[in-house]
Amino acid sequence: MTQDIYLLIEHIQGQVSDISYILAAAAKELAAKENASVVGILFGSGAENLKDTLALDKVIYCDHDSLAEFTSDAYKRTLTALLGEYSPRALFFGNTTLGADVSSSIATHMKFPIINSCIKISDSGGIISQICGGKIMVDSKLADGTTLVTMNPGGYKPEEGQGSPGETITFNAPDLEGLKVKLTQFIEPDAGDVDIGQEKVLVAIGRGIQTEDNIELADELAALLGGTVCASRPVIDQGWLPTSRLVGRSGKSVKPDLYLSLGISGATEHIEAITDSKTIIAINSDPDAPIFDIAQYGIEVDLFDLIDPLLEQLGSAKD
Amino acid sequence: MTEIVVISRLVPDLVEELEIASNGTALDRAWLRLIINEFDNHAIEQAILIKEKVGANVTIISPEAEGVEDMLFTTAAKGADKLIKITGVGDEKPTNLSLAETLAEIIKEINPDLILNGVQAHDDITGDLAPQLADLLGMPYVGYISGVELGDGKVTAFKEYPGGVLAEMEITLPAVLGIQASEEPPRYVAISKVRQMMSTASIDELPAGDLKIDGDAPIDRMYLPEAAERAEMLEGSEEEVAEKLTSLLQDLGLL
Repeated sequence: MTQDIYLLIEHIQGQVSDISYILAAAAKELAAKENASVVGILFGSGAENLKDTLALDKVIYCDHDSLAEFTSDAYKRTLTALLGEYSPRALFFGNTTLGADVSSSIATHMKFPIINSCIKISDSGGIISQICGGKIMVDSKLADGTTLVTMNPGGYKPEEGQGSPGETITFNAPDLEGLKVKLTQFIEPDAGDVDIGQEKVLVAIGRGIQTEDNIELADELAALLGGTVCASRPVIDQGWLPTSRLVGRSGKSVKPDLYLSLGISGATEHIEAITDSKTIIAINSDPDAPIFDIAQYGIEVDLFDLIDPLLEQLGSAKD
Repeated sequence: MTEIVVISRLVPDLVEELEIASNGTALDRAWLRLIINEFDNHAIEQAILIKEKVGANVTIISPEAEGVEDMLFTTAAKGADKLIKITGVGDEKPTNLSLAETLAEIIKEINPDLILNGVQAHDDITGDLAPQLADLLGMPYVGYISGVELGDGKVTAFKEYPGGVLAEMEITLPAVLGIQASEEPPRYVAISKVRQMMSTASIDELPAGDLKIDGDAPIDRMYLPEAAERAEMLEGSEEEVAEKLTSLLQDLGLL
């Protein structure tokens, strides 16, 4: 019997997340090698139409009030029930704030092997993952039976997973009484700040900025370039900039004409949010920093040795 | 008293050069410099913040590794009450599932209300530790948390979604949370205070169960990425580089 390639469709507040299309693209590539179909799993409440823009051979849809928005307990219970009836060759999850809440616990519960951080399907139908902040690559294979795979963005474009789905099968929700995880509300970010997702020039700072006082230097640079300062996770966690300036998996994805990064190593969660930038220029003292793998231009230097001459040069070029 | 357990792991320092072991399927750990997993550091901070706010007994559990005692004593200096080191781990990184099985046995004895762990570790390849542990303990799991308020028999946690949106989740205790960021940045403690802990605090040692090195999905190869499409590097003295960058920005029409 052919085992099909499954994926869990992610959606938040009525919007299908980009990762869902990326999962569809990866599943399509693997399905072609396994001679299998691509099956999308969609949970929701009156949300069957969310499947309509995805390239899928088949959809399994489960409707329930408690599945209206993602919560780990309801999703885990429903997926566990579904995997008792269907036996995929592989099941793809986004390695996202949603997918990662359930993928590993379902793997443990169902005794399925799991492979993290896939970015691409190999020519031989294997899984290529990227770990250690992009510094290490791993090739692995699907095990016998069902293997779960969590997928990072980067290897496929969302457009590759767009299309229209084939038939829809309904799946009846299991007992969802007494859920231990409940979503009480969404809290939208403070709209008072600039929207870095719309800025043309971004000066991005990371751990390499070292102290809060040094942010002034980035501000000066941004002022000369007519841009805005944004940051990777460590800067936000220190409380040096508001969350609205966070670029990364749980922050914003950006697409400026210029992304000038200062002291950002380029962890996977950061890089996946800047790949649509037109030009990326990276300044970092570590020659092996993964940011240099996606930047068009790089400068290996101690940021604080460069900043003064750079401010001076830019200043006189503008005069 | 509320019992909180935090699992804290050491991970390879990514600032150092990473090498592949001779078997070709693992990191060469012989010369690896290890540092605390930064998400675990946030989990420790979150536990201490809860303790300071509402009172709690905080236990830190860590698998043994080079430097783990220093890390544990540092958490004691921050306010952790009990330190546990899991021994018999060996030089290779065990799979998260087998580590979770060992942790589950230890944690059942402690019977905590809340278990905090970093939401991820950058060297994980076969699943994430916290959700695996949650399943083994039959507890709910929610990850990517950046704020925790302890209530009566439940916890309110703020989960990060893309675009800066937060989801407020109400979770029945006991529960496992994967911490993305603590409400305050992890505190620093003076080295003198850590030294003091070395002479006053103690670390309990508990043996690991059956740890496995290989996951069920076969790993064929681990390797360094090919740097074929690397950035074009601007070279020279700082002044020369500043000049090159300025004219590059002019050429790109960005000045």
